[in-house]
Amino acid sequence: MSTLTPAAADWLGVDPDSRSFWEGLCRHELRLEACDTCARVRFPPMPACPYCGTVGGREREGSGRGRVYSWIRVHRALLPEMADQLPYTIVTVTLDEGCRMVGRLDPHVDPFDGMAVAVHYVDHDGWTELRFHAANPWAAGAGEPR
Amino acid sequence: MTGAAITGVGYTPFTARSDRSVLSLAREACANAVADAGLTPAEVDGMASFSVMHDSVPCVAVATTLAIPELRLAIDLDLGGQAACALVWTAAQAVAAGQARHVVVFRALNGRSGPRVGTMRFAGGGGQYRYPIGYGSYLMYVAMWARRFLLETGQGEQEMGAVALAQRAYAGANDRAYRRQPLTMEGYLAEPWVVEPFRGSDCTVEVDGACAVVVSALDAARDGPVPPAVVASGAYRAGGRPGLDIGDHLGWEDYSRNYTSLLRDELFGRAGLRPSDVEVAEIYDCFTSTVLMGLEGLGLCDRGGSGTFVAGGGTAIDGPMPTNTHGGLLAEGYLHGMNTVTEAALQVQGRATVQAPRHHVCAVTSGANMDGSALVLTADR
Repeated sequence: MSTLTPAAADWLGVDPDSRSFWEGLCRHELRLEACDTCARVRFPPMPACPYCGTVGGREREGSGRGRVYSWIRVHRALLPEMADQLPYTIVTVTLDEGCRMVGRLDPHVDPFDGMAVAVHYVDHDGWTELRFHAANPWAAGAGEPR
Repeated sequence: MTGAAITGVGYTPFTARSDRSVLSLAREACANAVADAGLTPAEVDGMASFSVMHDSVPCVAVATTLAIPELRLAIDLDLGGQAACALVWTAAQAVAAGQARHVVVFRALNGRSGPRVGTMRFAGGGGQYRYPIGYGSYLMYVAMWARRFLLETGQGEQEMGAVALAQRAYAGANDRAYRRQPLTMEGYLAEPWVVEPFRGSDCTVEVDGACAVVVSALDAARDGPVPPAVVASGAYRAGGRPGLDIGDHLGWEDYSRNYTSLLRDELFGRAGLRPSDVEVAEIYDCFTSTVLMGLEGLGLCDRGGSGTFVAGGGTAIDGPMPTNTHGGLLAEGYLHGMNTVTEAALQVQGRATVQAPRHHVCAVTSGANMDGSALVLTADR
């Protein structure tokens, strides 16, 4: 757990649309927005539903489970602050709720299309990061299509 | 037909360090384009340009240094590589409507020695979900799409490498090109990963420089010193949920198809042409994967067939569809797609450095992922 500090919120770029999401991560909760009209779940948080245009919506707890849709593995320090973390893997995940998120795959396994993943939370100074890990680590990597 | 044509093109050299102001670069490229069109700056009455995170200068600054007496049109767009074809199309429509007679469209930046788009933080609401986790470069977003595209179309590193090789071969003959050394498949495969699935030669090379075109009313274009490249059609498209900023792809449904497949029918339909009529193509290529996606999206290749087409010489100068004949952004340099448009004009006008034998219909694209634009340029017929 952590507490979202003003300095971290400023550095992250937290805005009125996203504050609840970031505060949720600090509590190790995944807060997603759902539309009151069409019920579609969206990410990132935004003022209206991107599927039907309905303004507002309600928050709901995400399952934290999903499937890998695509991935990259970063080998070069394009971001200087990440130089000591190389190489690392970023996955795009289709959550069970239907929306997509990106996150670090930690620990790294060789991802494959449709690989089942789940979220976990990594606390930093003043904020918390959402990461993914293979939901069935014994099934990952071995003999799967790359 | 819109009644407008590209009448002149202009460049500065593309370098690693210009040691000049962006304004100086912009002025030179625009002045060269105006002279190339057989015009004087006093005859120019419109300007249009685009920039990312304030890396360029506004139209009025260039108009000031060209001593243009009066602008009737000025557009400064805050957009990346999506903008080049869209701005030429907008200029053509303004010219056809009589709003202006000669519009200079330019892109100028110290893209290597100054702010580098490859590592800059874009403004907008989506960055907070990317930058803090180490997902903070445009290269990474296109790599994310490339992985899915390769998965869905059954292609891989050999197919992307074929694009890098084909374009490097063109660049070898192009004095403007920044990367001219030959590339072999063995050499390509031996390069270390930058961001998997991209190696260095899959990525554009950032440079300092500027280039410009003049878009003129077609009747005026016919009096010029070079044959007009007629702007036969243009289109812009952002599909559904294009995101909160130019790097936010989370709402996009299918990463294996970009804007090219969405604007194809409008683009060719307006020109009264079909994809099979295209004789030369200049496909936006910040990365090799966008060439494959663009060839397939425009219907110039079958889905999944672009890599085999390129590897078989299909895009070479003696192939059925010469493509990225200047070496592309991959090898000539990253002028955010404006140099893709200038090369297209030179091809249609029959005066490119490496000239395609059949060059009366050219398809050009601008942009990589959720949104972008395209043109069809044709000979005056």
